[in-house]
Amino acid sequence: MRDTGTKKHAALAEEFIQDKEKADWHDGALWWIRQKRDMQANQTPQWEELREAASAIKMNVITNLHTYLLQFEANLKKNGVKVYWAANADEHNQIVYSILKEKNITEMVKSKSMLTEECNLNEYLEERGIGVINSDLGEYIQQIDNEPPSHIVLPCIHKRKEEIGALFHIHLGTEEGLSDPTALTRVARKHLRNVFLTRRAALTGANFAVAETGEYVVCTNEGNADMGAHLAEVQICSMGLEKIVPEKKHLAVFLRLLARSATGQPITIYSSHFKKPRPGQEMHLILVDAGRSRLLGREDFRNSLKCIKCGACMNTCPVYRKGSGLSYHNTITGPIGAILAPNLDMEKHADLPFASTLCGSCSNVCPVKINIHDQLYKWRQVIVKEGYVANSKALSMKAMAFTLSSPAAYQAAGKTGRWVLNYAPFAINNKFNPWYKQRDMPGGPKESFGEWYAKNQGKKED
Amino acid sequence: MTVGLFIPCYVNQFYPNAAKATLQLLQKLGVDVVYPAKQTCCGQPMANSGFEHLSQGCNDLFVENFAEFDYIVGPSASCVLHIKDHLHSDHAPEEAMIIREKVYELVEFLTDVLKVDKLDARFPHKVGMHQSCHGLRGLHLAKMSELVGPPFSKPEQLLNMVDGLELVTLDRRDDCCGFGGTFCVAEEAVSVKMGKDRVIDHTKNGAEYITSPDLSCLMHLEGILHRDQSKVKIIHIAEILNASL
Repeated sequence: MRDTGTKKHAALAEEFIQDKEKADWHDGALWWIRQKRDMQANQTPQWEELREAASAIKMNVITNLHTYLLQFEANLKKNGVKVYWAANADEHNQIVYSILKEKNITEMVKSKSMLTEECNLNEYLEERGIGVINSDLGEYIQQIDNEPPSHIVLPCIHKRKEEIGALFHIHLGTEEGLSDPTALTRVARKHLRNVFLTRRAALTGANFAVAETGEYVVCTNEGNADMGAHLAEVQICSMGLEKIVPEKKHLAVFLRLLARSATGQPITIYSSHFKKPRPGQEMHLILVDAGRSRLLGREDFRNSLKCIKCGACMNTCPVYRKGSGLSYHNTITGPIGAILAPNLDMEKHADLPFASTLCGSCSNVCPVKINIHDQLYKWRQVIVKEGYVANSKALSMKAMAFTLSSPAAYQAAGKTGRWVLNYAPFAINNKFNPWYKQRDMPGGPKESFGEWYAKNQGKKED
Repeated sequence: MTVGLFIPCYVNQFYPNAAKATLQLLQKLGVDVVYPAKQTCCGQPMANSGFEHLSQGCNDLFVENFAEFDYIVGPSASCVLHIKDHLHSDHAPEEAMIIREKVYELVEFLTDVLKVDKLDARFPHKVGMHQSCHGLRGLHLAKMSELVGPPFSKPEQLLNMVDGLELVTLDRRDDCCGFGGTFCVAEEAVSVKMGKDRVIDHTKNGAEYITSPDLSCLMHLEGILHRDQSKVKIIHIAEILNASL
């Protein structure tokens, strides 16, 4: 997989913005989805009550996860599904490999699963001689381009149709310059049909897992999860521990919220319930922790486990829209990624909670009411305390705190600052000042309000 | 009723006219206003950067300066929100909590406390209203576009009382401008792109002025407008509401 190296969000986003026309198109495409979401939300009676209910159901799940997981496991077994527990990505990958190896399977088809992206499953299996094809069209495009998904719902939203046409020309032999989305989709469809028909194993993720019945629900628009699962003799489901809902009736809340929040559709085209293996088929389900129980232990951050991976926070986030998902150098991108990633590797992802203006739009589109922007603020405090910020920043913050804690020092600094802006602007207006690169500094008034007040109003009161 | 006038550090230094307009407007409306001279900053620049633990000096100063007033009013939604959400003090914990309850951003003080229903103001210009995110989603000065519910806007309620003023309709009425405190330098490219896109929305819809209850957003937008040698100007909402006939 192509690596972004050690570059941080600010640098990666800056690279994306360089192509202004593409950046504007990307921003507009996501904003259009945000508007579709708004239209659906406004047409749904009791939208805010639904969000509240979804949040409450998920809080219940998080607080009683242990009980629900055991109930789910017992029902899975009753239904004839083999259950595995994986503490981390490695264990998960080993389990998938062992299932496939036992059956001598060397090729697998996989529908969209951010969890397996997180675990780098494809690379792991390929190193061991097992080929994996992603069957979600967006993920398939990302796979042939050797690039991770930039968005959890719209994996290649950062690519224009011409770029996809060029990829198809190289990898699928389409004619050069072909960029008509319908024509390209037909080519991919034909190619994937063959994949579905020949693969003996299919892996899916899970959107929801019902503790009460032991079934799980996979939502897709392309029907690709179904095609894979129905044609394969071995069906594997990889799911994070947090995907549980207690009862089947709770799906009525979540299925109404998911697609409306994600893409502005009333519901996904396919909401498929998987429960029992058909005769001659095997079903395996892997429950994956991979940092989730650690997150459960972090009081300020645990409610991010409510996430149903709709991507609404990405579509609304202006930082995401301008800078694209790949700038987040993490599988889960955007605002939700920025609060999940530090739990996995704080040092590597120390920049992400700062890649936000804390505008709060994310928290207010979130269908399960995760306080995303509050958590961004809180992660900043944790990251600073753990020492993952540059020394230069820590020093300047200390100097600022010192100045602002003393009225005399502050007034002197303000006076100096205004004087510099008036008489020595070159000291500030230069390339070392990132403000000045594309923006002018404010003017330096001769007199602060405080000075004016002391001269005028202050006297009046004496 | 005595109001303590909270003029945030950067407004005091860079935008004294907005502060004067706030003071004069409140006085015009018959409010007894006092400006405590030893105030500095709400502490947000440190706190939003992850250094909340360094903001104790600012917190203590804020409590010292403002504890005595019936209300505290400031012309900056972002700074007011920071006080409301984060002010705390080990020396005077109770006073800090009381201050959180009695601090108001200027617009909400006018609409909710003074219940202003008419203004003697005239501003014959086309004005674009920039909703500061902290004012909108933090202080709920207007209905944000994300939520489903009846529309309202406290800043627009006041602007509609101004003679001659025409509000322009924006394509994206509450998208963030990209200032974001230290974000504006740490994420310079994204910050400027966000700001430029906001400016385009206002200018293409015919705004002569961009106004807001938050000068930090306006300072950022002004920097972009000025660099582009645009004729469009920024103006704090207090200056419009205080504009005389």
